[in-house]
Amino acid sequence: MPTVYFTDADGSVRQIEGHAGDSVMETAVRNGVPGIVAECGGSLSCATCHVFVAGDWLGALAPMDDMEDEMLYGTAVDRQENSRLSCQLKLCDGQDLHITTPETQV
Amino acid sequence: MNPVTDVSTIASPDRPDGSANRTGLLIIGASQSGVQLAVSLRALGFDEHITLLGDEDHRPYQRPALSKEFLQGKVDKENVIFRSADYWNEHNITVVKGERIERIEKAPDGSGTAFAASGTQYPFSRLALTVGARARRLDVPGTDLDGVVYLRNADDALDLKARLGKVREAVVIGGGFIGLEAASSLHSMGIAVTVLEYGPRLVGRAVGEETSDFFLQAHRKRGLDIRVDARIVRLVPSADGRSVKGVELQNGGVVPAQLVLVGIGVVPNTELAEQLGLDVDNGIVVDRYALASDGTTVAVGDVANIPNPLPGAPDGERIRLESVNNAIEHAKVAAYSLVGRREDYAGIPWFWSNQADLKLQIAGLTLGYDQTVVRHDEQRGKFSVLYYRDGRIIAADCVNAPLDFMAVKNVLAKGQNIPAEAAADPSTVLKTIATDG
Repeated sequence: MPTVYFTDADGSVRQIEGHAGDSVMETAVRNGVPGIVAECGGSLSCATCHVFVAGDWLGALAPMDDMEDEMLYGTAVDRQENSRLSCQLKLCDGQDLHITTPETQV
Repeated sequence: MNPVTDVSTIASPDRPDGSANRTGLLIIGASQSGVQLAVSLRALGFDEHITLLGDEDHRPYQRPALSKEFLQGKVDKENVIFRSADYWNEHNITVVKGERIERIEKAPDGSGTAFAASGTQYPFSRLALTVGARARRLDVPGTDLDGVVYLRNADDALDLKARLGKVREAVVIGGGFIGLEAASSLHSMGIAVTVLEYGPRLVGRAVGEETSDFFLQAHRKRGLDIRVDARIVRLVPSADGRSVKGVELQNGGVVPAQLVLVGIGVVPNTELAEQLGLDVDNGIVVDRYALASDGTTVAVGDVANIPNPLPGAPDGERIRLESVNNAIEHAKVAAYSLVGRREDYAGIPWFWSNQADLKLQIAGLTLGYDQTVVRHDEQRGKFSVLYYRDGRIIAADCVNAPLDFMAVKNVLAKGQNIPAEAAADPSTVLKTIATDG
């Protein structure tokens, strides 16, 4: 089972066991992780599931497409080098992922 | 697939007299707004028991994918479930499925009892109506034929999916968001689709003429047969008289179809509110704090007629919004209200619709617009329309143009403006020309 470690803006960490094939966003929302809103439910329309991916894990993820790239310019907290929209990050078996959620999504 | 863990339900009454235990808040409607209301109340520290009750036999789920990813088989039911069973249990929220409330008795202090069709009674201290809307029914001969379907809830979508194997030709009645999303989904699955729109243009209720024209051209180019100003005489039965085989138009032609999908808007579910004696006028009339006319019941989301929430909108202007974003933001207002706080609607209303490779994002509300500016970059496939009222930007429709959408949403949130003259050049980056005041 993949495991996602969510660190919020205050530094507290939540560890969630996910399911392969689900997105990081779905994993967060279903378990009520605060800090990820995901109004559009994962259809790449709202940019409210913005996360920062810890450096070691960033390279292991599938690269972003143009739409995600443009949407990231509209996030509530400004994007950084390691910004992604978590609805686009699919979990794989055995994967550990460390991400930080921004202070606000809207 | 995830393991399916069902949430606890009150299938049988808790007490011998046929009633459930009294709940702190009874939320009728396990919808986007009902779920958000429960979640927001817990975030605000509301510590009484919450019952989230719905009339469908499904755990609370998200509707938007039903006409798109779910219909196309790209996501399954587990992907659209809102929250895990553990979440509800940990937060002292009881989810009740498959229970239809027929009648409510209420005292002036806001408490009362809801009576379900099953005979179970649900006593409550406070009441929230998040009962949404239902698909408007088509009124022509032949709508009872097999193969005539609607698309509002999960059962509709499951039924529709089960039929598709036998369908070569489909007619979609209604060129609004649901109709065009479903038409695009069916077309992508190899079905020949004809869209019949009664009005002179597509999505006439939600977007301006320029955007309607853009979608008409774009969809025709992608292979949809779209007819506007279409007048339907009847749905034509097959030889055995049971199934639909086509749609007859006033000009005498018959469009062949083994499936007729009707998407002609929704009707707010106001029956319970009417029975309670609440003010109803195109939905349940609520004040700025989501309170209905009795001063204690909150009504939230698609069913609520609310004051125009756009910053700077004229006093007294009202609107009923059918959107995920409104369900969420309005639920937050109602949650504050229920814990005794008065907070204004936050954020800028926004909408989205995905049709084939066309991603439409709308920021703001076009109510009262008197000027538009079109930005069309044909080479890059980007198209936006900016809407103005008295020289101030109030909304934008953006197709495959997320930067425009984000810029307008941010400008509206900050109370800024985008000068119309400077916006017309599609190569201009909108956020660089925003002006204060």
